[in-house]
Amino acid sequence: MKVLVPVKRVVDYNIKPRVAADGSGVETQGVKMSMNPFDEIALEEALRLREKGHAQEVVAVSIGPQAAQDTLRTAMAMGADRAILIRTDAELEPLAVAKLLQAVVEREQPGLVSMGKQAIDDDMNATGQILAAKLGWPQGTFASEVIVDNGSAIVSREIDGGVEVVSLTLPAVITADLRLNEPRYASLPNIMKARKKPLETIEADSLDVDIAPRLKVVSVSEPPAREAGVIVKSVEELVNKLKTEAKVLP
Amino acid sequence: MTQSPNDAQNAVEREEMAFDVVIVGGGPAGLAAAIRLRQKNPTLGVCVLEKGSEIGAHIVSGAVIEPKALTELLPDWKERGAPLNTPVSEEKLLYLTKQGSIPVPALHLLMPQMDNRGNYVVSLGDLCRWLGQQAELFGVEIYPGFTGAQLHIEDGCVCGVVTGDMGVDRDGNHKSEFMPGMILRARQVILAEGARGSLSHDAINHYKLRENADPQTYGLGIKEVWEIPKENHRPGFVQHSFGWPLDNHTYGGAFLYHFGENLVSYGFVTALDYSNPWLSPFEEMQRTKQHPAFRPHFEGGRRIIYGARALSEGGFQSLPKLTFPGGVLTGDCAGFLNMPKIKGTHTALKSGMIAADAVSEALRSTNPEAQTYQERLQNSWLWSELYEARNIRPSFSKWGMQLGALYSGIDSMVFRGKAPWTLRHPHADNQTLIPAKEAPKIDYPKPDGTLTFDRTSSVYLSNLSHDDNQPVHLKLRDPALWNEVNEARFSSPESRYCPAGVYEANTRDNGEKYLQINAQNCVHCKSCDIKDPTQNIRWCPPEGGSGPNYPSGM
Repeated sequence: MKVLVPVKRVVDYNIKPRVAADGSGVETQGVKMSMNPFDEIALEEALRLREKGHAQEVVAVSIGPQAAQDTLRTAMAMGADRAILIRTDAELEPLAVAKLLQAVVEREQPGLVSMGKQAIDDDMNATGQILAAKLGWPQGTFASEVIVDNGSAIVSREIDGGVEVVSLTLPAVITADLRLNEPRYASLPNIMKARKKPLETIEADSLDVDIAPRLKVVSVSEPPAREAGVIVKSVEELVNKLKTEAKVLP
Repeated sequence: MTQSPNDAQNAVEREEMAFDVVIVGGGPAGLAAAIRLRQKNPTLGVCVLEKGSEIGAHIVSGAVIEPKALTELLPDWKERGAPLNTPVSEEKLLYLTKQGSIPVPALHLLMPQMDNRGNYVVSLGDLCRWLGQQAELFGVEIYPGFTGAQLHIEDGCVCGVVTGDMGVDRDGNHKSEFMPGMILRARQVILAEGARGSLSHDAINHYKLRENADPQTYGLGIKEVWEIPKENHRPGFVQHSFGWPLDNHTYGGAFLYHFGENLVSYGFVTALDYSNPWLSPFEEMQRTKQHPAFRPHFEGGRRIIYGARALSEGGFQSLPKLTFPGGVLTGDCAGFLNMPKIKGTHTALKSGMIAADAVSEALRSTNPEAQTYQERLQNSWLWSELYEARNIRPSFSKWGMQLGALYSGIDSMVFRGKAPWTLRHPHADNQTLIPAKEAPKIDYPKPDGTLTFDRTSSVYLSNLSHDDNQPVHLKLRDPALWNEVNEARFSSPESRYCPAGVYEANTRDNGEKYLQINAQNCVHCKSCDIKDPTQNIRWCPPEGGSGPNYPSGM
């Protein structure tokens, strides 16, 4: 079986995002970018499936500008066998990403798509679901455990107040939640080897997919600054303030 | 030194890889050395280790730079797109009083060292990112996110570097993703870690490189980057100050540069040989912004980056022996910064280049020590520059700020740096504190949240990355010593000099005082390793990729 792992290049999770001075969006110029952490988890799961013998090949795919190949090199340093860059400078929404991934799936014919449940930049949490629908495949979202056995995948899903276990017939789409695994580090020799692994670039335009945005960003602003707290002297004062200032008590 | 810091590490088998040269530190010195090595010999295997998550992630500097050394390294830097985009256009040096300021007139005559005509205001982080790309074009292998944890020594000779283990928990146990560090073998190791580098410190002690040198003396630079309204931006405007708020016996001052796209770089350097344990470099930096000479520059702006880093101020007298079997020291871990100029980038680049020349010659011989490094330095402009500047910094410690400034003018103008004497640095920075009860307390204003800030909101802008579940990388060799000395005599000076709020003096329920170490706040400035009175605090590199992630513009 082949596992396809879509990976997104996002503003690194350690960076405090900053709204650009002109209010057009989040500043990405000169900001450290790295692989979406949920995608790292999805990749780690794919690598473990290969190590257990359930998969033979792990292919990483990223959609974005030329610089997204750094993210693909990281994926290959972690252990992906090869990588595909769908190159475009356009702003993409989940629908467009899912359609482009669908084109890759049709070409690569993987038995499983293992992807992050959402990207930490726009927090859409939609691409995996749209892709499964487009392909007509079963989906196991928010996976915290994946067991592949005999043409099916048993996926434990984190839902409100518990865990739901579903059985999917492969091929399927699985989206990774935080507790699925702890991704490995890329070792020095593997980083070196990754430089020689194959990375194919496909122009997004050549895939004949409508990727035009359906949404228009009206404005982006930072949350209002929190006002400093005050120390109250008594319970009476607190209750009074809750009534008159915060107006949360009748 | 080949002993690992904890037992868990000793039990692991380490893979090995071999290079001709391993360089520790991806700053200007290390990257210049790497480029120069490959220029000399394109077949050399050259590897650069960088503890930050990417090149530039841990770089803090003003920075006004002199392009001389860069031009020698890459004469076509302009065509290659080096980020030197803001030439210095206007310059002021101010002596501050509490409310007023007196500009030093005819600066280029009185203090020729401070003449910045022809220099550029840059983000050194961005310059290093660009240098890293250039180095890769020359075939250098750069590995960010990997620390040099130990020198690998065999038969008295440094034969490589052991990289740090990854995936060790707080108690030293291996986590599921544990990845042992590797031995990177090298015929020569170039240390380019910046001020107070941990491997440099080990090498200096192990090979007794400081036997014939004065102690190194350091400064702590704390910096903010502001984004200001376009109409207030004056690209290339450069201002330095001395005097208020520091007293006459404390060396230091503020800098403020307009550069880039509506950016202002503001910072404050406090010499770490200060004596008053109540002094807080962070608060000195904050309150200087309120001075009428600085305040208007921040009007309508927002603070976007914060960081701190120690720098070497000792200069010529404090340079240790620079070579040892199997390796060399370059840049600020050797102490090449020119303090009167307040510049260390051109000297770091130059020392890296000279070291590379000496190292590539040593690689062709059987000599394990790059012995021509010293001689090549002595024949370079770098040596005469540092020699001529040598008396300025110590004159301030000796006679205070006002007389020191007077002496400096005479030393530069009359003797042109060739005075027939050399002033010494008599003691290391950890020996200068006076007891807290004999020192005047300093009343710092409360932060207003608009112009001045507290440590917590500041460190938030350093983009810190630090997995809490890893061994604490700041260690007290003897916790009881902290109570006896730091707390009892100096009233916990580390809780004030640390610019990141790592250290807190706390009291247990039974009334006993103890030092709380919030290692995850550390911005890797190294001040605690330098200033701790009994050298009881030890800074060890944390897991690779930890620490600040300074963005573009820093």
